[in-house]
Amino acid sequence: MIDQLNYAAIVIGVSSGGMNAMKIIFSLLPADFKLPIVIVQHIGARSENQWIELLNQRSSLKIKEADEKEKIESGTVYIAPANYHLLIEKNKTFSLTIDERVNYARPSIDVLFESAAESYGRSLIGIVLTGSNHDGTIGIMRIQDCGGLCIVQDPATAESPYMPASAIRAIKADHILQLEEIVRLIIQIDLKNRI
Amino acid sequence: MENAANASKVDTNPIIISEEELASFLELVFQKYGYDFRKYSAAHIIRRVMSRIKLSGFTSFSELRIKVLSDEPFAAILLQDLSITVTEMFRDQGFYQALREKVIPILRTYPFIKIWHAGCSTGEEAYSMAILLFEEGLYDRSTIYATDFNQQALNHGKEGIYSLGKIKEYTLNYQLSGGKESFSSYYNSSYDHAIMNQFLKKNIVWANHKLVTDSVFAEVHLVLCRNVLIYFNKDLQNTVQHLFHSSLIHSGILCLGSKEGLSFTEYSNKYTEIDMKNRIYKRKL
Repeated sequence: MIDQLNYAAIVIGVSSGGMNAMKIIFSLLPADFKLPIVIVQHIGARSENQWIELLNQRSSLKIKEADEKEKIESGTVYIAPANYHLLIEKNKTFSLTIDERVNYARPSIDVLFESAAESYGRSLIGIVLTGSNHDGTIGIMRIQDCGGLCIVQDPATAESPYMPASAIRAIKADHILQLEEIVRLIIQIDLKNRI
Repeated sequence: MENAANASKVDTNPIIISEEELASFLELVFQKYGYDFRKYSAAHIIRRVMSRIKLSGFTSFSELRIKVLSDEPFAAILLQDLSITVTEMFRDQGFYQALREKVIPILRTYPFIKIWHAGCSTGEEAYSMAILLFEEGLYDRSTIYATDFNQQALNHGKEGIYSLGKIKEYTLNYQLSGGKESFSSYYNSSYDHAIMNQFLKKNIVWANHKLVTDSVFAEVHLVLCRNVLIYFNKDLQNTVQHLFHSSLIHSGILCLGSKEGLSFTEYSNKYTEIDMKNRIYKRKL
């Protein structure tokens, strides 16, 4: 089901099991993938960003840490820095905050998803992947309320099923798929987007 | 696999706050109460406002707007919501290491040292600085001006009482940042709280200062303002950078948060970098 052609961005929330999931996603996405992708991966507060650089070296896409006030560009993957919440402004730039942890997490998936839903509305795609808490559930509800497309990893195929299962209980997911199928779907959407 | 069972879970009438609605609300708040959030990150303000709408059980933004503009105690609650009070002692260990190794030697050359800690919130970083200066034998000739617009947070800082849970976290931060002493020598604990020692408090001056609207606070050797500018828009960031530049002596030091920088601002050519990764800069002559 792809009921519209004008998507502008993808947000992904991922927690435990996320490193493997991201390796799979970025090995499958082609170099000419256009839709910007913004990711919150739960990670320790003291983490440095070397793993982002490693991911970047292995992928044909440009993968970087999101900078505050940075303009979101197509063909780029942005990852929230450790120990900051990542928000998207209506002018499609990033803001960082050090507000309280949400669902014990900073960055929190809910914080990114809610602000992205408010900025992109119907042109947003939200994806909840593997994880062992319920962060992202409130956020994906907001994305659905604002008319965006909601995709959730099939919990049966997720390394940690709790987070996608929590999202599925809260919304009417547009797609519940395994990881490889999610990648195939967004590539298809990305191609139609250019027509 | 399609999931068609839960259509009723979709909210058909979500609360959406437009940029125009938000701007006119913040203008009214400024006119009525003198607190200026007009140039803050809108996404941050909207998140805080939405959370207050939910907590208060309102069903629309206009309900909250009417309440704020007609009920001063309620406005004070929203003010606390919008103010950023999250901070830590020795947050970002690399930064405090760099302060010790690269900035202390510069400060040591001055007969007295004046430090402006702008946006100090509940004071954790002011105490971190006091501890660092103490360990380097400089605290007796130092004054730390710790300022914030949030009086409640300032009072907390002045009291210097923190939960033992937090102190545990700060102790680890302190050790990782190259702390030289036993961290417990800096506070006395009582029940589940710790109170910072008097000898750390004696050279900290707590003062209410609105970074957004007030002018230069003092002429200082070092300005520390970490994780405050991220909440401001570009325009306001420039205004505040101007304030910092005017407050610093020649060759004065500017310390920003680990994700804040001078690159791409009007001030990038007015400083040299002392430590790029830890965002420590030195004002050019």
